[in-house]
Amino acid sequence: MKKRVILVVVVSLMWLGACSRGGSTAQSLSSVGQELTGSITLKGSDTMVNLGQAWAEEFMERYPKVSIAVTGGGSGTGISALINGTCDIAQASRPMKDKEKNALKEKGKEAVEFKCGIDAISVIVNPANPVNKVTIAQLSDIFTGKIKNWKELGGEDKEIIVLSRDRNSGTHMYFLEHVVRKGNEKGPEEYAPSVLMMPSTQAICDEVATNKYAVGYIGLGYLTPKQKALAVAQKEGAEFVKPSVESASSGTYPISRFLYLYTAGEPKGVVKEFTDFCLSGDGQKIVAKMDFVPLKVSE
Amino acid sequence: MNGPLSENVCSNQRVRETPLRRLLSKFHSFKERMIETVILVCGYLSIAIVALIFIFLAKEAVSLFATENFFEVVAGTEWYPISEPPKFGLVPLILGSLFVTVGAVVIVIPLGVGTAVFISEVAPNWLREILKPTIEVIASIPSVVVGFIALLILGPALKSIFGLPTGLSALTGSIALAFMAASTVISISEDALRAVPVSYREASLALGATEWQTAYRVTVPSAISGIVAATMLGIGRVIGETMAVLMVTGNAALIPYSVFQPVRTMTATIAAEMGEVVRGSPHYYALFFIGLVLFIITFFINLIAGMFLHRRT
Repeated sequence: MKKRVILVVVVSLMWLGACSRGGSTAQSLSSVGQELTGSITLKGSDTMVNLGQAWAEEFMERYPKVSIAVTGGGSGTGISALINGTCDIAQASRPMKDKEKNALKEKGKEAVEFKCGIDAISVIVNPANPVNKVTIAQLSDIFTGKIKNWKELGGEDKEIIVLSRDRNSGTHMYFLEHVVRKGNEKGPEEYAPSVLMMPSTQAICDEVATNKYAVGYIGLGYLTPKQKALAVAQKEGAEFVKPSVESASSGTYPISRFLYLYTAGEPKGVVKEFTDFCLSGDGQKIVAKMDFVPLKVSE
Repeated sequence: MNGPLSENVCSNQRVRETPLRRLLSKFHSFKERMIETVILVCGYLSIAIVALIFIFLAKEAVSLFATENFFEVVAGTEWYPISEPPKFGLVPLILGSLFVTVGAVVIVIPLGVGTAVFISEVAPNWLREILKPTIEVIASIPSVVVGFIALLILGPALKSIFGLPTGLSALTGSIALAFMAASTVISISEDALRAVPVSYREASLALGATEWQTAYRVTVPSAISGIVAATMLGIGRVIGETMAVLMVTGNAALIPYSVFQPVRTMTATIAAEMGEVVRGSPHYYALFFIGLVLFIITFFINLIAGMFLHRRT
């Protein structure tokens, strides 16, 4: 009896092991005959998890024999996984760093980049907060700790609770370079030590929804009526623009960025089918549905 | 160790020795020796694994000092691992862990020891039968669940009670961790109190002491080494806990001066940054150095706990 239990445990462990390795063997399993089969592992940006999931669901509906696993963790996490060979596609909300490209090269693979959409980073506060607009310079002062009180922005006399994503997030890096350092990527500004580093985008949304004096940044796709997005101006005197699909695609919203998919080497088989699908008209329709900005498809 | 159970059974029943029985008993003693060997190997293996983990941690951690100054790391007050140039000051992280741990310990010791005294000295038998297993079940609640509840219920409650700017604070983490460590502290303290011979209590009561006097003058002092060991094991659990603190303490790497402030602990830093880090970079080694510091701290805490536990017997 005990032996049988052990046997069952061992077999199921082996099965689990086989499953977790499934991702990297996707290419060899793919497109046998007419029907597309195989499995794909997507990993990376928290901003893009829901988008990746929506793509995966639509794709799996078309090709029922394909299974796709989508997980978050942050752009850096996804890219590390791509380098280590534990995922097929890395989703990233920032371009890959040279250091990371070189690490992949050392493994004998070239990073291949696909731009797959545009995201407007929304600066959010509680809906009960009277402040409605900020400039990039003010945001930089808030996140470096120079502005500490809402009254300096025309709000109540209360301490500002500043929320950021943690360092494994592509949004953290983008916001640091383009807002905190005001576009000067190697600038001296840093997030103040008092900035709260939240483990996920959802954690920022939740804290802002319940805390009247919190401010944070999220991808536009996460915005709900429980948070209020501030209108942002590039500089003093410029027009304040609210984040939306329209303002980001026309380029008037100042903090928007590309979203990327990365593969190690030119994608083949089922992975290629999937990236092609993401960049196709139908794939970009899903991008728009998830509140990101679709790219113009040249077909 | 040498007398296999089967032989005892044979002699007790006074069964005549037959060749088959002799063969069977030989087989049993062979089996016994096999099992002893396996257990022995397992024991040594676990020691070897701990040693290997330590060597691996130390090897990676020491590489940090090829590029960084030791004192700037240990005494540095700023944690900016991805800036140019990076700053790996550990002081805010060590203080963060310390604040959360001390807070949890201050909460859990009176509560845990008090509960243990209640269960072993005061509670009637039927209540003890219910309380002890229930408290031990607390230990099996996954830390992410504790963190989730603390984040959604405890944080907002503390925020409105104390009028804090945010519920994400060291105190929230301390309470969540105190809850998780409580079951260890209560269970082991209670075992220690129960191990105090009944004659001590009887002697004390016979001399005219009240039950309360007996508990805090006789029973608790006799069990003190077990209670200290229980507390140390609880601290070990608290300082190494990751998921709950990552969720509820706010993770701001500032130098805290009050438990109402957000803090960033050593464990949360490793968990939050290990995914991003480039292998072989100073940041990667710095995270290993934090791991080494944590390992040394928990090692000594367990060592002290072991010394106290040993003294009891």
